[in-house]
Amino acid sequence: MTVSPLIQAVEQADSAPRLTAAVGALAAAKDADAIPTLIQVLGYNNPGAAVAAVEGLVQLGEVAVPKLLEQIDGYNYGARAWANRALARIGDPRALNTLLEAARSDFALSVRRAAAKGLGSLDWSKLSEDEINTAQKQIFEVLMQVCEDPEWVVRYAAIVGLEALGQNAEEYRSRIENRLQQLAQKDAEMAVRARSQLALSP
Amino acid sequence: MLPNPDSKATTSSSVGENSSDDGVMSVADAIANLQQTADTSLRYYAAWWLGKFRVSTPEAIAALLTALEDESDRAPDGGYPLRRNAARALGKLDDPRIVPALIAHLEDPDFYVREAAAQSLEMQGRSQAIPPLLKLLEGGVEAAQPVPGKPHLTEPYEAIIEALGTLNAIEAITAIEPFLGHSVAKVKYAAARAMYQLTQKDEYGQQLIAALRDPNLQLRRSALMDLGAVGYLKAADAIAGAFAENSLKLISLKGLLEQALNAENPDAVTLSEDSIHLMQLMDGLL
Repeated sequence: MTVSPLIQAVEQADSAPRLTAAVGALAAAKDADAIPTLIQVLGYNNPGAAVAAVEGLVQLGEVAVPKLLEQIDGYNYGARAWANRALARIGDPRALNTLLEAARSDFALSVRRAAAKGLGSLDWSKLSEDEINTAQKQIFEVLMQVCEDPEWVVRYAAIVGLEALGQNAEEYRSRIENRLQQLAQKDAEMAVRARSQLALSP
Repeated sequence: MLPNPDSKATTSSSVGENSSDDGVMSVADAIANLQQTADTSLRYYAAWWLGKFRVSTPEAIAALLTALEDESDRAPDGGYPLRRNAARALGKLDDPRIVPALIAHLEDPDFYVREAAAQSLEMQGRSQAIPPLLKLLEGGVEAAQPVPGKPHLTEPYEAIIEALGTLNAIEAITAIEPFLGHSVAKVKYAAARAMYQLTQKDEYGQQLIAALRDPNLQLRRSALMDLGAVGYLKAADAIAGAFAENSLKLISLKGLLEQALNAENPDAVTLSEDSIHLMQLMDGLL
């Protein structure tokens, strides 16, 4: 019950700077009781407060994952992007299906880009070898698709995801390198070509 | 001609014989809609449409140039809405008649037509627009006062100054510099942006970085776009740390990255440290 005054301060904040400060204090408490409130803040359309809330959720790590998956907001794409960003950074494989779905087909580009990046850096140590093989196959296939997203920033994020996947999944490395080489030469956006080139550099 | 107070009320959904039934407009529909005079809202939309879909056929240009001289569509404030849209559309199109017509409307009685003409001349990128744009800065900061009863200054200074910067109007430096001290923040930052483009001096880039810390979110956003547009590499970390949406920060950093990549030796096999640093910052914002 030690965090209840901090939760109250978040609920009663009456200005953007006060909300950000209150969320920062709640996040710093690193208490699992703060999780539902921190997730709520993701939907407040306040970037400062959302950054602080994501930070708090990432610090708490895997204990925040079930609630994040349960409370993910189907209607507010801002909140969904922040939640995916938190899941991506925690890297818990229980978020796999949520991240796959978001990267492939969320209508908001900020959600697709957060998920695409996160898919490359899941915490494999939590899975058996069979589970790892299945997950990496799904991720590889989805990220190869996402390389064709109409938005440059989503393709950029897919490259970041593929780069990380290639470092962990030897089986896919040469196919990833081939794809990155194509993107480095042919993508319409200079930033995407450069990021592919960076991913290919030793 | 007298303003027609009813003209804006006809927001009819009927599209007449000039449009197909499925709601998809063809180029011929758009030109016909722009040429008819019965329904001003159809004309207004058609002008926007031709610009949006970059229709640079001689017929489209001719219809837009006629719309730019329109006298019939009048706003309650006395302005010319159709002219404003025609001027905006022409900026996106390609034809030798466009620049002289836009230059003539830098002296339009409607402030917003002058503003659209200046922005479109910036997009057209022709140096022949420089002397007439520069002429609008005559009288300096003293003349750049609010117009009583209107939400704007005597001239569209922000658009004029930004256009001069983009057109690389070195001869405009002494005229633009005093606007760095203008009391309207958007005008001041437009001057900083242009001065950086024209001189590449650090002090002006630093003023844009200062705008990233402005308490007003709109000004912070506009500073992000300005820094991306001019590609001021020293702003990289300030952009990444600004209080604004990640999406805008990514677009801004992309502008810097393009600047850094363009400055690199095209034969270089490896990326520069600047480029790599920019991409690391971008990775962190995804």
